Amino acid sequence: MRVALFITCVNDTLFPGTGKAVVTLLRRLGVDVDFPEAQTCCGQMHLNTGYRDEGVRLARRFVDVFAGYDAVVVPSGSCGAMVREHYPRLAEEGGFAAAVAETVPKVYDLSEFLIDVLGVTDVGAHFPHKVTYHPTCHSLRGLHLGDRPARLLQEVKGLELVPLPAAEQCCGFGGTFAVKNPDISAAMCGDKVRNILDTGAEVLCAADNSCLMHIGGTLSRQKAGVRVMHLAEILASTEPEHGESR
Amino acid sequence: MTSTFLGMPGTVSMMGYSGKEGFPDNAAKAVRNSQLRFNLRKATGTIRERRASVVAELPDWQGLRQAGKAIKDHTLRDLDAYLVQLEEAVTEAGGHVHWARDAAEANRIVTGLVKATGETQVVKVKSMATQEIGLNEALHDAGITAYETDLAELIVQLGDDWPSHILVPAIHRNRSEIREIFVRHMAEWGRPAPETLTDDPAALAEAARLHLRERFLSTKVAISGANFMIAETGTLVVLESEGNGRMCLTLPETLISVVGIEKLLPTWRDLEVFLQLLPRSSTGERMNPYTSMWTGATEGQEFHLVLLDNGRTDVLADKVGRQALRCIRCSACLNVCPVYERAGGHAYGSVYPGPIGAILTPQLRGMGTELDRSLPFASSLCGACYEVCPVAIDIPTVLVELRARARHGVAERAGMAAAGWVFKRSGRLARAQRMGGRMRRLVPKRLPGPLGGWTDTRDVPAIPKESFRDWWTRTDGGNR
Amino acid sequence: MNARDVILARVRAATEGAPPVEIPRDYRGPAPASQTASPELAELVADRIRHYKADVHVVDEAGVAAVVAEALAGRGAGRFVVPEGFPREWLPPEGFEWVGDEPELTASDLDAVDGIVTTCAVAVAETGTIVLDAGPGQGRRALTLVPDFHLCVVRPEQVVAGVPDAVARLDPARPLTWISGPSATSDIELNRVEGVHGPRTLVVVLVR
Repeated sequence: MRVALFITCVNDTLFPGTGKAVVTLLRRLGVDVDFPEAQTCCGQMHLNTGYRDEGVRLARRFVDVFAGYDAVVVPSGSCGAMVREHYPRLAEEGGFAAAVAETVPKVYDLSEFLIDVLGVTDVGAHFPHKVTYHPTCHSLRGLHLGDRPARLLQEVKGLELVPLPAAEQCCGFGGTFAVKNPDISAAMCGDKVRNILDTGAEVLCAADNSCLMHIGGTLSRQKAGVRVMHLAEILASTEPEHGESR
Repeated sequence: MTSTFLGMPGTVSMMGYSGKEGFPDNAAKAVRNSQLRFNLRKATGTIRERRASVVAELPDWQGLRQAGKAIKDHTLRDLDAYLVQLEEAVTEAGGHVHWARDAAEANRIVTGLVKATGETQVVKVKSMATQEIGLNEALHDAGITAYETDLAELIVQLGDDWPSHILVPAIHRNRSEIREIFVRHMAEWGRPAPETLTDDPAALAEAARLHLRERFLSTKVAISGANFMIAETGTLVVLESEGNGRMCLTLPETLISVVGIEKLLPTWRDLEVFLQLLPRSSTGERMNPYTSMWTGATEGQEFHLVLLDNGRTDVLADKVGRQALRCIRCSACLNVCPVYERAGGHAYGSVYPGPIGAILTPQLRGMGTELDRSLPFASSLCGACYEVCPVAIDIPTVLVELRARARHGVAERAGMAAAGWVFKRSGRLARAQRMGGRMRRLVPKRLPGPLGGWTDTRDVPAIPKESFRDWWTRTDGGNR
Repeated sequence: MNARDVILARVRAATEGAPPVEIPRDYRGPAPASQTASPELAELVADRIRHYKADVHVVDEAGVAAVVAEALAGRGAGRFVVPEGFPREWLPPEGFEWVGDEPELTASDLDAVDGIVTTCAVAVAETGTIVLDAGPGQGRRALTLVPDFHLCVVRPEQVVAGVPDAVARLDPARPLTWISGPSATSDIELNRVEGVHGPRTLVVVLVR
């Protein structure tokens, strides 16, 4: 099976630790993952901000770069949802519907790849901490990941998973929304942070670093003492204090 | 918005907003109003839970939702034929059908019909269409007083306020504010509030009952909207709770209903779907207390139906945006929206607030003002609205579509063009990342310009020394 | 062109080339006509109507008059409207003044009576709804609207399972009023409060 990693531009640039964690985790499970270096961005930022032509160009680039792989693993709910939900429509206009129909069904979120393709929930991880999980909007309502991330976390040795109140509510990031509507965005994040602190968790986990950057930026500003970690980083951890932190 | 059509462009009441201030400014003011935030959080939280529980009760909810979506799409596809069929059925049943291209024409028709009766007072059932066209103001200019009879509309009218929610226009008011409005203003409009009025909701409802009772029994003309119109039979349907709707629809000698052309359903049978979708989605009840259905002139009443376009055919011409015309005005998208919950309805500057307003208002009104241009951006695209919509309007996709048509600022265009250039070649991305890595210590705690909104409440992430792709190359994918 | 023709022309231009849309009916439709009233439905409809804070009584046909007498006595045993066609045997023989709607009662007349008793056309179990179609025993719509008290007697064969069953049974040419509990509002902080403009008391007598 030829497996490619779509790291996403945000992870590539700002959160390389997440990419390394995915590589470590998949190798541990016997999957040799490839990184096609021609990849850049899925086009979500452009499309969602109203620059659809650029979004279409980047969508076309994505399906070219990842053509021929049996699986493309994405450690980001929103980029995965962009590919799966919006590419078919963009491709129809851009005239590359066949390429999208070929490649898009092979694009998996990390937790889908682990559970649905590899058939594992116990990935041999060890992470003795109290963790709460924020499902992120596009993982929840875009990719419909359901309880997959929770099932993976529950199998991690030493990990105590505590439920997050109002988990399904958006953190207020929304890409350029946070910049265009900073007051509402900050109010949403303020409520999210209060709910996180109420759980008493040491670590906030999610499957999307954009949301974690937003919530983490607020937690950090408030010196709340809760760290944020991508799901891949927890699943890659094999002994206490080895998990990469930011 | 393209305007290849005949006639006047549609107008949707601006609710007193000039449109110069965009949604972000309006919302920023609202979010600092702690009373408003408390009221909205409490109300939307209550209704969200109620809706979720009555929706979960139906094993075939998704089937109903898909049927609802398809019935509406089917109707819109053949709207011309169904409108003609409706007109025939209503006329056959003794009603009179009028057609209005825009708000001004609808107001002219209704004003003329009221004047022909010789009456100077009308009672009104809550109606989005008549709010949209500013009918009360038009009637006022013609010397006719329109009395709102829905409790929330009454609160808004007495308080000289603007509606902030589709279903509950006074959702921004709590019980003690409502008491205050009743005590201060009821006397100006008729029977005063009882001197001993408390803020107990039952007492407030009783005060509204007493205030409107005599008016219902004596007024000769009523104006309503409708939730549904059945093309096959000419039947109109109004769902309500209080009985004010029944009062207006039943007692007056003349009934005038102003209804958007998209409110059609082809057959009587289609109601089996919508009478399940609407109450559970809107008030979170298995069924609302009262639903009235009538066909043409009923029980000796004179009946006029005014079919309203007012920009709807423009929306219909838009392949992506036309799905907004499926809307049955249930408000589920407002109640679940985290942006609406914090910004409130007034920030949207339209009778249609919340997620549906963010896609409907710019389509009906165009994107000529700062406010209307900013509405498609008033969403984090979290998708909660789409998930609860009983007719599956993909609001996030329509928002993104409208964003592509909005005018963007110079700085943003330059930034997006630069990003596009970088993403075009992976080598460019790698060089940009290295440059960022070298300057990582220089990132200020507070970012300049529009990015300052981020750093007001959030830290920026530390830029890593090495990007993932450089790590991959340097270590041969971690093997070295 | 007049407004009608302009709007129709706009619609045709806007929908030109749009593909036809099929309607999937993948939901619970009306039950087969052979399916008669079941004890489960009777129990469900009682529960669901009670949920709206209506008074519900379940009685044998022979006991209707006694229950009606008791319910009306609770209103001060006064004058009640009885529409044409309401079964006489369901009315208590004495103690109340019955008012007919011929000649038609004015709104003020209706405002002055103590209540109304009616039959119904259909009752929907799943939603706790009674539907009036102005048929025998029900009268004009205003009769069940202006008085502050409404008592409705439902026969077992009138109870259907869900909304699709009710829609299939009803005639759209008649004026229809679907009633789910007493008049209520959710306009104050989105909490339901019973009792606004319609009858504040609803009594439903379900015949076993």
